This record gives sequence, C-alpha cells and structure tokens, in this order.
Amino acid sequence: MARILIIAEHDGIRLNPSTAKTVACAAGIEGAEIHVAIFASIAGEIAAEAAKIEFVARVLTVERPENEHAIGALQAPQIVAIAAAYSHIFGPSTTFGKDLMPQVAALLGVNQISDVMSLEGTHTFKRLIYAGNAVVTVAAPADSVVVATIRTASYRAAGGGNKAPVEIADAAVELPSHTRFVNLQSGKSDRPDLQTAAKVVSGGRALASAENFEIIYKLADKLGAGVGASRAAVDAGYVPNEMQVGQTGKIIAPDLYIAIGISGAIQHLTGIKDAGTIVAINKDGDAPIFEIADIGLVADLFQAVPELTEALG
Amino acid sequence: MEKILVGLKRVVDYNVRVRVKSDGSGVETDGVKMSINPFDEIALEEALRIKERGEASEVIVVSIGPEDSQQQLRTGLAMGADRAILIETDGPIDPLSRARVFKSIIDQEKIDLVLMGKQAIDDDNSQTGQMLAAIWGRPQATFASKIVFEGDTARVTREVDTGLETIEIDLPAVITTDLRLNEPRYVKLPDIMKAKKKTLDRTPLADLDIEAAPEIKELVYEAPAERGRGIMVDDVAGLVAALKDKGLA
Ligand SMILES: Cc1cc2nc3c(=O)[nH]c(=O)nc-3n(C[C@H](O)[C@H](O)[C@H](O)COP(=O)(O)OP(=O)(O)OC[C@H]3O[C@@H](n4cnc5c(N)ncnc54)[C@H](O)[C@@H]3O)c2cc1C
Repeated sequence: MARILIIAEHDGIRLNPSTAKTVACAAGIEGAEIHVAIFASIAGEIAAEAAKIEFVARVLTVERPENEHAIGALQAPQIVAIAAAYSHIFGPSTTFGKDLMPQVAALLGVNQISDVMSLEGTHTFKRLIYAGNAVVTVAAPADSVVVATIRTASYRAAGGGNKAPVEIADAAVELPSHTRFVNLQSGKSDRPDLQTAAKVVSGGRALASAENFEIIYKLADKLGAGVGASRAAVDAGYVPNEMQVGQTGKIIAPDLYIAIGISGAIQHLTGIKDAGTIVAINKDGDAPIFEIADIGLVADLFQAVPELTEALG
Repeated sequence: MEKILVGLKRVVDYNVRVRVKSDGSGVETDGVKMSINPFDEIALEEALRIKERGEASEVIVVSIGPEDSQQQLRTGLAMGADRAILIETDGPIDPLSRARVFKSIIDQEKIDLVLMGKQAIDDDNSQTGQMLAAIWGRPQATFASKIVFEGDTARVTREVDTGLETIEIDLPAVITTDLRLNEPRYVKLPDIMKAKKKTLDRTPLADLDIEAAPEIKELVYEAPAERGRGIMVDDVAGLVAALKDKGLA
C-alpha cells in the first residue's frame, strides 16, 4: 500500500493552498495513507489547518528554530530522517517545492519527477516538458521511493472538514549553519492571490509604464481579480517579479484570464493552459494570443480597458 | 575566489516550436536549431562579470551531452570562459547523474562556486543544481536575481513566489540563475576566432565511474491538448455580452 508524505508549504503562520492541492493529487492513488509534515519554528496553527484537509490520515510536526524560514538545505535532511516509512514523498511545484524537493531526492539517491500533472498509476505520471509543447508519461522504478513535485494548477484543493490526529515527529538530525535567511521583500497587496484567484487580469509590455498599469488594477478590482503580468512587463520594471505568469513564473488556472497587451509567446501561454476562459485584448489581430483565446477583441487597450471597466460597473 | 564552474546544456533553441514525433518516441530534433540553455547563458555571463571585477581567477564551462555540445562550449569560450570540459555521452542522462558528474569535476578542480541555470528549457526539470548542492553538502541559492560577495560569503537575492528573498550562504556553494540576473553579452567575431585556441577537454562519461541512479523511464510523448480558437468580438459591448453569457461578469 502506498504511504505518502506531503511536505507542507507555509509562511510560518498559515498553510499555503498548494498543500491541499498536493493532497488532492496524492488522493488519486487508491488506498494511499497520506501524512502531511510541517517543519516550522511553531507549528500549532498550521498543523490545525492541515488536520482539516480531506484525505489526510495524520499530521506530523517538526518544530525547531532552524525551521523559522523554509530553507531547502535545512529541511531536506529532516525530511530524509523521517522518509523511510514512505513509498512516496510529494511537495508542491512552487518555488518552495522546487528548491527543496530535488535535495530530498538526491539525498535519497533517486531522481525527482517534476511538475506532475496527472497520475496514471502508483509509479506512472504525466508531466509537461518543452514549455508545455509536449506531455511525457514517465514511470519511476517500483522498488525505490518516489519523490515528486505536483503542478498545483492541475489540481483543485482537497476539501476541509477532516480531523486528522497531529503528532510530533522525530527528525533530530544535525543541521548545517552555512545558509542564513536575511529578508523577504514582498509587495503586500489586498488583491486576491495570483495563484489561487478565480479571475486574473494580466498586462504586458504594451502597458509601457508602471503608471499605466493602473488601468489593469482598476479592471481587476472591478472583477475582484488577481493581477499578473508577462515577463516583458516585469523585466521593464512595471510590476514586481512575483506577478510573472509563464514557464518561468507562475503556472495558474483561474476560471477567467484576461490578457491585455500580451502577444502570447509560448513561454507565457504555458502558464495559462489550464485557465477556464481566456480573453485577449490586443491591437494586433495576428497576435498569437488569439490562437488560444476563447474570446478575442482587437482594440487599443488604452481605450478598451477603461471602457470595459466602466461597462462592468 | 579561485575557480567558477558553469554548466552549459545544449538544448533546442527557445524560439523553436517543438513537435512531438508521430511515433511518440520523443520530440523532433533533426535539423532543429540548438543553443545554450538561456538560463545557463545567464549563469556564464554572471561568472564572467565576477571574474572581470577581479573576484575570481578562472571560469570553466562544462557540458554533459553529445559530441555536438562542443558548439555550445565554443560559444561559451567565445563569450570569455577560460576553458571547457565536455563529458561525452550519446544517451539520455538524468539530473542525479548530472549532479554526480559535476561533483566529480569539483573533486578534481577545487571549485569555489558553481553557477548554472535554474532549469533547462527542454525537460524543465529544475533539479541538477539542487541535487549537486545536496550531495556536495554545500549551500544552494536557487533562482538568483542578484549576487553580491563579501569575503567567503555570498548574499543572494532569489525570485520566489512571494517576492524577493535574500539569503546569505558560505562558499563554496551552488547558485542557480533566474532570467533577471543579467543580460548576456553578444559574442563578437574576433572572440570566436580566439576561442578556437582555448582548451576543450573531452572525456567519455563512462570513464568517470559515476554511480547510476534508478532510471525513470519515459514511456510515451504526446502533443498537449490543444485549446481551440474561440470567438472574436467587435467591441467592448460584445466582450461584456460574451462574458455575461459564460457567467463571468
Ligand atoms: C527562457 C525563457 C523563459 C521565459 N519565460 C517567460 C515567462 O515565464 N512568462 C512570460 O510572459 N514570458 C516569458 N518569456 C518571454 C517571452 O518569450 C516573451 O518575450 C514575453 O512573454 C513577451 O511579453 P509581452 O507579450 O508582454 O510583450 P510583446 O511580445 O512585446 O507583446 C506586446 C503585445 O502588445 C500589443 N500591443 C502593443 N500596444 C498595444 C495597445 N496599445 N493596445 C493593445 N495591444 C497592444 C502588441 O500587439 C503585442 O502583441 C521567456 C523567454 C525565455 C527565453
């Protein structure tokens, strides 16, 4: 029987929704016993949140001061210390999981399966490669532990209402002191989180300045949407890096995605493949974004977007 | 700092629209333009800048792959790397084995810093750098967008989902690069000529005695599900109506 350990992502206070999505993936393995491990300086409330997630059989906590910030080089040896009881170890394919999980795999002497988009069996998975231009089905060897990151955009978060027991796990290993957290700068925003928002409005290079991005924010606020951007808009400094959508930014799956002044480069499109409805506003009728848009409007964004915001009023 | 080791992977150029072979055995690579993985090019550019600032004395580029990877290494030499190492293999090679190859080079060369791309744009795995740091027992700073050295430590700003995280790591270490770290230089013709005289050592992978990792088998490749072309609307009123139709406004 599969015993699956899921490494929780959190910010020291709250559980990240990527955890419940990773659980949803694991629950696809029939009869699996799913444990969620929380490495934190204080785990209490995070553990209580994790215990509510459907399908979770047990929550394990490892509290030590070194776990105040998620540092892969410090968490990986602790995970390895409790790994022996498990057939699978999963983490989310977010920057947290991407940093950490390959270290776990390497310490266990196996390769990782990155960005699982679907399960085909206990050891068989589908994943996207070449910026989403191909899907490959891969099989991990049956006789070694499976370490994988889960493409959170492919899964809906598992439900709540569970009351899984919470236990302290023994992961007492010596940790290195060679890696130290300094600070985190994040643009605090009251808007819905890009990775979980039901609606997202994104702007591209065409916005031409940080000030002009205001019309994107106004439309987003009217819709109650999160805000994203193309790489070109981030590179040009119109918006911060955490807003980038695409192969090397965030992979998202909102019900509605509105791409404004974005050409539709393959690296951008791979970030929005799983969106419900894609709307494109672009002044060039031949822009590749229209090849995948469900609703397209050829227009100058500086006219169309304020007009749309107004019309939605 | 003495030596910086930079990984350069030969991949299908990012402008190529990759197609899956009709028999599902892989993707079409015949006659397709190949380049240095863009993230690795950024890693090399950073290494060269560190050396040009006088903070390192040698930049070594290494590629693990087919004989033709010499082209990418020559480009790296033309950009300014001092010498190149090709670990030659025709077969597929997995991230853990790649990490073990890097480790064996580190053991021979006494490397102070390894720079490589945060992911390769072919398999999109994002594993080798992290795996190398783990088996080397040294720090890692992934997804770097800024690197500053202070003595035997580096302060690295990382692009993470929540913003920009800064960490401090002791050297030697592995740093993987993100897109906004720098803009790689263009190679000039005289540099290409000069690069021909630089050393490029070739070693068959089999000579390195690398422990094989349990194999992850690639069973079949498929084209992804297509999103069809939708409808075009004439104006904002049409857009609003279409959104209302779908219950989205
Ligand atoms: C390794 C690698 C990784 C990458 N990763 C990502 C990634 O994660 N995410 C990402 O987005 N990109 C990524 N890119 C970059 C990608 O290839 C494109 O360069 C980028 O997405 C282009 O951004 P854009 O669409 O905003 O700009 P452009 O391609 O310049 O498009 C601007 C669009 O705006 C339209 N326009 C101009 N003025 C107006 C107007 N007034 N009204 C309406 N429309 C207007 C134009 O017609 C054009 O279609 C990556 C590239 C590489 C090489």
